[in-house]
Amino acid sequence: MSKLHVTTTINGEPTEFLCDARETMLDVLRDRLGLTGTKEGCGSGDCGACSITVDGRLVCACLMFGAEAEGSQIGTIEGLAEGEKLHPLQKRFIELAALQCGICTPGFLVAAKALLDRNKNPTETEVRYWLAGNLCRCTGYDKIIRAVMDVAAELRGATR
Amino acid sequence: MAKVVLTYSFARQFAGGKTEHEVSGQSIRHLVRALDERFPGIGDRLNEDMAVAIDGVIHQNAFLEKIAPDSEVCFIPALQGG
Amino acid sequence: MSSQHYKWIGTRPNRPDGADKVTGRARFGADFNMPGQLVGKVLRSPHAHARIKSIDTSKAEALHGVKAVVTAKDFPEQPNQIVPAGEMQANLRDVTRNVMAREKALYDGHAVAAVAATTSEIASEALALIKVDYEVLPHVIDVDDAMKDGAPILHDHLRTDGLTPPSDKPTNIAKRLEFVKGDIAAGLAKADVVIEREYKTAAVHQGYIEPHATLASATEDGQVQVWSTTQGHFQVRGFCSRLLNIETSQIRVTATEIGGGFGGKTVVYLEPVAIRLSQKSGKPVKMVMERSEVFRASGPTSGGTLRVKIGATRDGRIVAADTTIALQSGAFPGSPVGPACMCSFACYDIDNIKVIGFDVVSNRPKVAAYRAPGAPIAAWAVESTIDLVAEALRMDPIDLRLKNAARKGTKTHYGPTFNTIGMVETLEAAKNSPHYKTPVKPGHARGVAAGFWFNVGADSSAAAHVGEDGTVTVISGNPDIGGSRASLALMAAETLGVDYDKVRPVIADTSSIGFNFVTGGSRVTFATGLAVVNAVRDMIENLKGRAAKIWEVEPDAVIWENGYAKPASSNVGKFEPLSLAQLAAQAGKTGGPINGHAQLNAQGAGPGFGVHIVDLSVDRDTGIVTVERYTAAQDVGTAIHPSYVEGQLQGGVAQGVGWALNEEYIYDAKGRLQNAGFLDYRMPVASDLPMIETVLVEVPNPSHPYGVRGVGEVPIVPPMAAIGNAIARATEVRMLDLPMSPPRLSAALDAMAPKRAAE
Repeated sequence: MSKLHVTTTINGEPTEFLCDARETMLDVLRDRLGLTGTKEGCGSGDCGACSITVDGRLVCACLMFGAEAEGSQIGTIEGLAEGEKLHPLQKRFIELAALQCGICTPGFLVAAKALLDRNKNPTETEVRYWLAGNLCRCTGYDKIIRAVMDVAAELRGATR
Repeated sequence: MAKVVLTYSFARQFAGGKTEHEVSGQSIRHLVRALDERFPGIGDRLNEDMAVAIDGVIHQNAFLEKIAPDSEVCFIPALQGG
Repeated sequence: MSSQHYKWIGTRPNRPDGADKVTGRARFGADFNMPGQLVGKVLRSPHAHARIKSIDTSKAEALHGVKAVVTAKDFPEQPNQIVPAGEMQANLRDVTRNVMAREKALYDGHAVAAVAATTSEIASEALALIKVDYEVLPHVIDVDDAMKDGAPILHDHLRTDGLTPPSDKPTNIAKRLEFVKGDIAAGLAKADVVIEREYKTAAVHQGYIEPHATLASATEDGQVQVWSTTQGHFQVRGFCSRLLNIETSQIRVTATEIGGGFGGKTVVYLEPVAIRLSQKSGKPVKMVMERSEVFRASGPTSGGTLRVKIGATRDGRIVAADTTIALQSGAFPGSPVGPACMCSFACYDIDNIKVIGFDVVSNRPKVAAYRAPGAPIAAWAVESTIDLVAEALRMDPIDLRLKNAARKGTKTHYGPTFNTIGMVETLEAAKNSPHYKTPVKPGHARGVAAGFWFNVGADSSAAAHVGEDGTVTVISGNPDIGGSRASLALMAAETLGVDYDKVRPVIADTSSIGFNFVTGGSRVTFATGLAVVNAVRDMIENLKGRAAKIWEVEPDAVIWENGYAKPASSNVGKFEPLSLAQLAAQAGKTGGPINGHAQLNAQGAGPGFGVHIVDLSVDRDTGIVTVERYTAAQDVGTAIHPSYVEGQLQGGVAQGVGWALNEEYIYDAKGRLQNAGFLDYRMPVASDLPMIETVLVEVPNPSHPYGVRGVGEVPIVPPMAAIGNAIARATEVRMLDLPMSPPRLSAALDAMAPKRAAE
């Protein structure tokens, strides 16, 4: 079986990998590149645990072939913090206890950042619908929604 | 004498249908031994998969737990949590 | 409230594992790998009930890249009796058959063989090459059908335990339980109002987002290492030891970070198979379930059929309560019918009670624990019926419950007399909540329900070590499923009198700390917390001894206060207090390392009560229910880290909303699961829910030094009935079956429509 050679950018770093034609981006990230922060909950695009961004667009890595990453800018949870400084969303998730077991957390953070990149001032309803593709079984979403709303307000204050 | 309380179906199966028994003994181990003398075979079942409530406090495993003379000791189905 | 005199307890610091979990660094079950590892996969039965006549694995074994194949033949037969395995009471005959089918496949998804191969693709190809010769048998899914005469029998040897006289007839009813208090007929005779209904609930899955995953490495010298996502690595060790005849000391199990469990990760599925494949292949073997396998072959909790009859006098006193509860146990005996029976009327002080329970096998996956196992099912039926009584008597539902609430001295129908409990306080807190005091908005309706759970104590071990700079490591053995590291560190810091961030909590593997029972039964903060407090106290005794040596005084002349050794009084002499760091620096000179240890079997967990209030609206055309406002009140003992206590309540409510409105196992006529994925097994998403308000009623538990009471399970008990009661008030349709999904509710509303038109 000959493999495909893919050239892409992951979290700002130029990256090359070989993958099978039928291999998902999720498997490439986890099994070939060791980026296991992106999680698999279902493999069918229903839980959002594998949320990544592709050229700024929010995508379930389990629904994308690795070969489709050719020439793209990929963003994963491992690229959210800047150096040793956590992203405000990461910081607020910890402070507000917006995670319990933590398996869904990387997906929620990537999805929430994608929201705030588009919409600086989302309503609670907008946050709830944007994050409706991410399943959390522990928290009842309450503290997650509060953390995202809080950070949105914080970032608006900072840019003003 | 401690008051030992068995569940209704358990009492019917192993203790002639009587749910409340006056039993003397200083620990659960003694109570079970005394009950087994009265109702041969009941001891294994009580040791096997039952929890014990001593004066309202549930113990998962109370083999050596001390019993006051006026204690209420209830054998109930074992519990498992999620 | 009760925690105001503490420095750390009751505060909300960042959890110690927070940074790992928001950066993707935390390693969960599927994130562990070893050099040269193989991929293990399981072949599963497509039939609900079939005799396995033969299994031919020769073609699979011949496939290039396949290193091992196992079937039931690779697992020793086990006795048909209840034995302890890692402190769980288990029938190992059944456990080994659930891990790998023997004579028969008993449900769709039942494991029949497994392979280990160099790649995932080869493993999948190999599964397709295994030929299983099945004789398909008639199957039974529904619990009522399984109890009928002439039903297909799953286990020829099974007889109903608890029958007098005993029966020798093959049956699917594994157990009959009966609890009686007072005289039910006499009670009913006194009643002015008697309400009787029959209810059904569907099997629902725990729905943890992380699938089961394990990595096993068996070496030639007989040692085994396992990494597993589990609520209890000591139980994994215990089960694998029994199932594979390996001594416990030869098995070292590391609990990975765990992506949810809710009871579903207290048993073994993959671990014994991965070990056996590793033994046969001589390589490490990694196994990860697909989501469909999680639904088909792990969990769920029981569905059931319940009949409830409640009689009350005109003034609102409940005088008789009668219920029969039949629960699915899945393919092997062991539903939570015992706790369901005991929890049913535990919230109330009623003179005459009769409860009958049945544990019933059918061709479904063997049930696993799910958050307060059994209690939510009983509460659905009982709390719905109590609401009907309130309606019939035109009483406020909280007032009716207050009038009948269990309190200190109430004798329960299962035997024990309650000590100090918080049912009345919780009802009053709900009644006084901002939510209940706000009038119901037009177009909305309000429902109320209560719930009870025992909580569990049991075995825990802990250790505390002082480093040379005076900072502290606290070691325990329960996987952190929802912030327990933070709670344990808070209690250690409080006890020792040092800052929270000077305490680093660590979860050790099975070879590095003494035995710990599962993370379950809401026990970790209570029981393991107690072990941690005792370990720290043990360390403090050691520290006082060191100060005494330095000062050349007797150990009891030294006290420990706010992180310092101090002279007990001025009579002892004039000494500058010694800090933990100062004592640690001199440890070598005063007797070596300073550590503390504790092990215990924690008693007195103390039961918890919850009262929930929901406001909702119903779209009469579609049957869609929108939860508009929700409040959960609960007696939580002392809230060690209030954010995580609130989180337990909020998470329990969300699971309850799913159980109430959407979640169910759906089988086709052939007994195959039809909705084994998150798209069709519809769990609540963020847009389905409002914020969830919490009222923490802090009545400290006298059996714990800081008053801790388990909190994780109670909040899933009341939601289904609270929602059903609100729907009844919104629509005048009383739903008796769960889930109250849009198709079912709209059908019920349509059935009502002609009646409404005629009025």
